[in-house]
Amino acid sequence: MTNSWTDIRNTDLVVIMGGNAAEAHPCGFKWVTEAKANRGAKLIVIDPRYNRSASVADFYAPIRQGSDIAFLMGLINWCISNDKVQWAYTKAFTNAAFIVKEGFAYQDGLFTGYDEEKRDYNRDSWEYEIGPDGYALVDDTLQHPRCVWNLLKQHVAIYTPEMVERICGTPKDKFLHIAQMIGECSSPTKTMTSMYALGWTQHSKGSQNIRGMAMLQLILGNIGVRGGGMNALRGHSNIQGLTDIGLMSNLIPGYLNIPADKEVDFATYMSTRGFKPLRPNQMSYWQNYKKFFVSFMKSMWGDAATAQNDWAYDYLPKLDVSGYDVLRAFELMKQGKMNVYFCQGFNPLQAFPNKAKLAEALAKLKLLVVMDPLQTETARFWEDHGIYNKADPASIKTEVIQLPSTCFAEDEGSLVNSGRWLQWHWPGGSPPGEAKHDTWIMAQIHLRLKELYRKEGGAFPDPILNLNWAYKDPGEPSPEELAREMNGSALVDVFDPNDPSKKILEAGKQLSGFGLYRDDGTTAGGCWIYSGCWTEVGNMMARRDNSDPDETGAYLKWSFAWPANRRILYNRASCDLDGKPWDPSRKLIEWDGAKWTGYDVPDIAPTAKPREVGPFIMNPEGSSRLFVRKMMRDGPFPVHYEPFESPVANVIAPKVRGNPVARVFADDWKQFADIGDPNFPYAGTTYRLTEHFHYWTKNNHVNSVLQPQQFVEISEELAKEKGIVKGGWVRVWSKRGELLAIAVVTKRIKPMTIDGKTVHVVGVPIHWGFVGAARKGFPANVLTPFVGDANIETPEFKAFMVNIEPSTGPVA
Amino acid sequence: MFPPIPNPSVDPAAAAPRFGEKDLIRRSASTIEPPATRLTEVAKLIDVTKCIGCKACQAACLEWNHLTEEIGINHGVYDNPMDLTENTFTLMRFTEWVNPETENLEWLIRKDGCMHCEDPGCLKACPSPGAIVQYSNGIVDFQHENCIGCGYCIKGCPFNIPRISKVDHTAYKCTLCSDRVAVGQGPACQKACPTQAIVFGTKEEMKGWADFRIKDLKSRGFENAGLYDPQGVGGTHVMYVLHHADQPSIYAGLPDNPRISPIVETWKGITKYMGMALMGVAAAAGVLHYLVAGPNKVTEEDEENAERLAGGATVPPPAGPAPLEGRRS
Repeated sequence: MTNSWTDIRNTDLVVIMGGNAAEAHPCGFKWVTEAKANRGAKLIVIDPRYNRSASVADFYAPIRQGSDIAFLMGLINWCISNDKVQWAYTKAFTNAAFIVKEGFAYQDGLFTGYDEEKRDYNRDSWEYEIGPDGYALVDDTLQHPRCVWNLLKQHVAIYTPEMVERICGTPKDKFLHIAQMIGECSSPTKTMTSMYALGWTQHSKGSQNIRGMAMLQLILGNIGVRGGGMNALRGHSNIQGLTDIGLMSNLIPGYLNIPADKEVDFATYMSTRGFKPLRPNQMSYWQNYKKFFVSFMKSMWGDAATAQNDWAYDYLPKLDVSGYDVLRAFELMKQGKMNVYFCQGFNPLQAFPNKAKLAEALAKLKLLVVMDPLQTETARFWEDHGIYNKADPASIKTEVIQLPSTCFAEDEGSLVNSGRWLQWHWPGGSPPGEAKHDTWIMAQIHLRLKELYRKEGGAFPDPILNLNWAYKDPGEPSPEELAREMNGSALVDVFDPNDPSKKILEAGKQLSGFGLYRDDGTTAGGCWIYSGCWTEVGNMMARRDNSDPDETGAYLKWSFAWPANRRILYNRASCDLDGKPWDPSRKLIEWDGAKWTGYDVPDIAPTAKPREVGPFIMNPEGSSRLFVRKMMRDGPFPVHYEPFESPVANVIAPKVRGNPVARVFADDWKQFADIGDPNFPYAGTTYRLTEHFHYWTKNNHVNSVLQPQQFVEISEELAKEKGIVKGGWVRVWSKRGELLAIAVVTKRIKPMTIDGKTVHVVGVPIHWGFVGAARKGFPANVLTPFVGDANIETPEFKAFMVNIEPSTGPVA
Repeated sequence: MFPPIPNPSVDPAAAAPRFGEKDLIRRSASTIEPPATRLTEVAKLIDVTKCIGCKACQAACLEWNHLTEEIGINHGVYDNPMDLTENTFTLMRFTEWVNPETENLEWLIRKDGCMHCEDPGCLKACPSPGAIVQYSNGIVDFQHENCIGCGYCIKGCPFNIPRISKVDHTAYKCTLCSDRVAVGQGPACQKACPTQAIVFGTKEEMKGWADFRIKDLKSRGFENAGLYDPQGVGGTHVMYVLHHADQPSIYAGLPDNPRISPIVETWKGITKYMGMALMGVAAAAGVLHYLVAGPNKVTEEDEENAERLAGGATVPPPAGPAPLEGRRS
């Protein structure tokens, strides 16, 4: 989230698209009901199904899954054509005026530089023209034909209301009604918030779905303001924390990068990370990258990380590919190239696509270790559960070790919520039986590995032998120690270079924020963005003061929000060019003539003059990006691409199949249904239900009472066509697998007309499996395709093709 | 936001029930002296227009009351179980309704359960002394030790709420969490509701809050938005805010104009006294039978059957205000 849950109450218009907040985030949804009840805010829901969010919406419109970009580009086109743009904001705070390199072009669904064989672009032309002074060229009049604004106008022109209806199936009048409601929020005194979740991320172009809405929010002037923003609703209570501390194969904590193979030394690694400002005076905050990186290395390897050995740069693993995401890991397992797999709080047999492929891959492992508080299907993949999990245990050689761990209510520590709040919590109970904290398990494995390396040596034991492990009990680091380490501390006394009598940092003391991180090895800090969470004052995450001066929704004294306890990112953009709030009734910060002050921690240097320094301080431009340069693999603007399995060819680019740069492994191509394949005529999608939480709560009796049994949802029209009755059994199958479930026949799903063709939706909730208290069922992912987003490899769970027929149900 | 009810005090003295026997205004099949002063009337307001159908109320009800509902099957709808039971005191009922005026689909989700009528049909129909009581704050509660399982309360209820347990053959329904209310808390369902679709307070407060909500709904085009507090049963201590208050029955059969069945009203009139005379005769016959034949014996087979029906689970404790700790054991 750019904003916070509590800030949603400040909005005038909530748009839920690419998510279903009432269903999947019922507690956070209270802030939507608050905005509605107290501000008269309106709620729009755009979804293939009339869902629980829609049940309390002011306006609902259907959309075919996988067509969001067409809808969003259609909205941008409509806003530009109807002058619903917050011009002062767009001109000053976005890169609308920046001039793009000659040679950049877009045609028939592809940008300049496409290489069909590599399924990748040469992105060199996706850049600004740079002037002789080293800064990007701009045309503030927006007249230049290659300025971002004019390129955007051209790019979205094809997405007319008629085209939106043709691609998305959204009736034109409903689209126009929504466009008008959204267009009103181009006023500086009206804001709209976007609440989205996996409905946008789980597509082969998921990142571009989100960009599409971010661009719309920027031209409406809704980023950085109260009641605005791009608000990603995270699907697990600490999934925000997972990405923050770099639990992805290509990241290290604080969104720093794992080096690539070709970055042979630290100098090479840093050479592309200078972040020189692209416009005069801009902060370009990533210029501090080296401070964050060196402090991280000091935190990891302490005295073994020195200036002489490039801060132990060689200790870090180097990536030979873009990343070892879960899809790649299972592909490698299947090929026999990955032999050992640790699942820590992870149930991939249920949670990843194409279950048959996953099971085949797991059966080729030598060792599978599952750390989980619950029994999982993954740990039991080798057991035969009849139709629910056919397996031949005798033929599977994989050794499976289960290490029972604790659940959140038995742990102390912090959980990071969607609004980036680190909220400390205390255990509510003791772990049952042999269950151990994850930290204990990891520490014990580490100590034993270290001992083996000490005794037996090995190819390169240094990173393990020298790992900084200065915990009171090496066998179980405490949550406090780990939190303090992530915050960072001074390693030696540091004196002011201009006044050597003045001590700026004292050895051993906690740092008050990342502003004190240094690149000379005098500070250590495990995760720069978390700095400030545990200072000399104490544990800031444990704060529980819910005072809220003037009821802005900021709650600065409740827990700690990264970065720097800031509640709304880019909040400098809540003010006009001179630093006065766009909407005085929704003041957040303002320029008082000498400095920035207000209700939130300013997201800009406190004395940065309004007309000199732009609000988007992380970008070298100082402004936000409507044109994202070469930072995304699939284009500087979003393009409508069909899902890899689709009922129709891409209307705007018939020759392009799926996202043209998404990675597809050779075997998986064969398991995609052809475009418009009559054997798989229905548009399938998967989703969650309020009654359950992923695959956990089927272990709980009460949740299982509330939704006991697997079902799929279809329209009355499709039911009639196929002779399916409400409450009867159906078989649903894709090119990858099949499941049996009860039919929920509903008015909430309607057939859509896509490019002249009737398309029916089949909705598949995900919560059942062969372990737990609820009735046995199939993972929804027996159906889904093994392909991910082109940028971050989140699988395409939301759009695929299936067939359906009445069935007699499972034979026991 | 409606001001949340503060968490309970940890001071044991504060856990003393704030109402009890002395506050009864009605007792089934009994004549009682009503208390001189009436407690402030309480009410639960269910705002159907804010409800997202998450079933947190249903889960909280099961957990607070230590109820074990069986894991059923899906019947092709979101409702589960399909009806109230002796373990399901509250149930989300989902209705897909196409508004004939707008042709738009509306998904009406109503939390069903005891309405705690000011004029309770169940209590009036109940022939067993003290099996159903009404406190002066408006809560209608079942006293299981006095229940004979005759099922008359179901006939008397205009909302079809009570259910007879197959285990102990007594009637169960929502208690309005009388045990929680007795120590200054709101009902468990209200506490669990994430969107404040359920709020709890004095009846006056709830009516005022409903007015605020109805104004908002009218501003959104729901011209017939209104409060459901049916006067046919003297008003209720569980009320609804409805978008279409002119047609309560579209909400999964909420009665348009609930009244106590005329049979029950008649029973409470002349026939009651005749019946009581008959019961006197029956009681005398019972005493005679005891004197002649001795007490009834519980056979081992009876015990086994009871054990099997109970499924080893604890039988829910009798409803009625009891100290907090007693219910959470």
